[in-house]
Amino acid sequence: MWEFLENPILQITIRSLQISGTATLLSTLWGLPLGIIIGIKSFTAKRLVKGAFNALLGLPTIALGLILYLLFSRSGTLGFLSLFPSAQAIIIGQAILITPIIVSLTASAVESINPEINDLAKTLGASDVEASIAVLRESIGGVLLAVIASFNRAIAELGVALAVGANLRGKTQVLTTVIAMEVNRGNLEYSIQLTMILLIIVFSITVSVDILRRRIA
Amino acid sequence: MQRSTITWIFALILAAIVSIAGTLFYVGGNPRRKLIISTTTSLFDTGLLDIIEDKFEEEYSIDLCFISVGTGLAITHAERGDADLILVHAPSKEKTFLEGGYGTCRKIVAYNFFAVVGPETDPANVTGLQPKRALLRIVENCRHQRAKWVSRGDDSGTHTKERELWTVAGFNWTSIRDEPWYVEAGAGMGKTLQVADNLDAYTVADMGTFLKYKKDGIIGLHALVAQGEELLNVYSAIARNPTKHPHINYEDAIAFIKYLVSEEGQHALSSFANEYYGQSLFYPAVNILEQNDDSTELQWMKKYAFIDGYECPPEFWNNHPELYT
Repeated sequence: MWEFLENPILQITIRSLQISGTATLLSTLWGLPLGIIIGIKSFTAKRLVKGAFNALLGLPTIALGLILYLLFSRSGTLGFLSLFPSAQAIIIGQAILITPIIVSLTASAVESINPEINDLAKTLGASDVEASIAVLRESIGGVLLAVIASFNRAIAELGVALAVGANLRGKTQVLTTVIAMEVNRGNLEYSIQLTMILLIIVFSITVSVDILRRRIA
Repeated sequence: MQRSTITWIFALILAAIVSIAGTLFYVGGNPRRKLIISTTTSLFDTGLLDIIEDKFEEEYSIDLCFISVGTGLAITHAERGDADLILVHAPSKEKTFLEGGYGTCRKIVAYNFFAVVGPETDPANVTGLQPKRALLRIVENCRHQRAKWVSRGDDSGTHTKERELWTVAGFNWTSIRDEPWYVEAGAGMGKTLQVADNLDAYTVADMGTFLKYKKDGIIGLHALVAQGEELLNVYSAIARNPTKHPHINYEDAIAFIKYLVSEEGQHALSSFANEYYGQSLFYPAVNILEQNDDSTELQWMKKYAFIDGYECPPEFWNNHPELYT
């Protein structure tokens, strides 16, 4: 009954979801606290730090892919890790790619809520972490948007996946790299089927998170 | 309030575990030894290597991983130690690769012919001409704005061939590339054919990709000049020299080369897609080389694809003389 799992389209789709999902989780893990800190605290270099993350929002995937390839290649600085070509390398690359989105959008979401909540929570005897959680709860809508925008960017990007994953059949093929390959091979019908899957994933996740946001907010 | 936060964190951790475990399942679930092969797109995009992979993996406990790129990048991958084996079609570049100490055990595995393709109307009237003569006519007509030329422009094997053809026809490629009728696509074979089709232009294509695009109705171009010594296209396999890169899977690279030149491998190459296209996309080269008679193909191959008079000069045999005797 599990034969349908052998279907290559299904495998590629699941792999795409796992790679980009893991990348999103990783970048959320470090990006969310960073975004909240930048949003709450006021410090001297704040504008500089925010500006840097905003600038990295538009990082071209092909540029990041090339840099990571040169790092992960056997002749590169991190060659001993033998990460090229692998799915882990794509996860790392996509996590780096989307970190600025999480940080920037989280910081903006946190800044947009009433700054007194942080102070109020502390006045009521909350610790720094507890106060941050209170702030996070208030800005959860914006934070969810940040996470979902990141995931969408990760699953839709081609440059990093191709450069460090190299589109190995059954191993590092994700939706975008297979679409690119099949276009090269002239299989336009197959490509458009995969494209539809990619679009359905992106739209349905965005819509369901939007519904979730409204419920929470 | 507190409980919902805990639920969120719990859900996040759970999702992380599931997705990391799932990824490890996909990535680490394969105990077979990996052989990474960097290959030219013209072999990969026809689907030939998928068939060879299936056949090879039935017999050997080796996991073939194909990275499909142009010949230029395929060689770069191997030089940087990222591929154990290359499958390419640019003898001049292969020579540099061997002499740089990067490659060993070169074997010629297959050949076919490039084609000068162009619009059905054939404004330069080159159908059936010798390649040299055809290029002269094309340039003459291009300069009178009756035609255009599209080049791969991506340093691939096909692009290397195109530049060699210009030299053979007596042109200086670096100067004609600046002329207004010369369009550089900077793209793979498929995209280049589509550009040429849209511009009603001429281009050089490998037979495999051209026939596939033609058969699928993606392009309306015709193969106008498809024979002649100058259009010979020779595919070779070269193992990465493991001396400086101990992680190179040299043993399996040799095993795969031996499979390619075996009767079975040669048959897989030559019978590929025969029925679909009504002709072979690739011709087996090993028989011709072994018979060593006076056949035209062998003479052409020796002239075009041999390195210092050898399929692989003895100093690069690297303890595998059995491949050449």
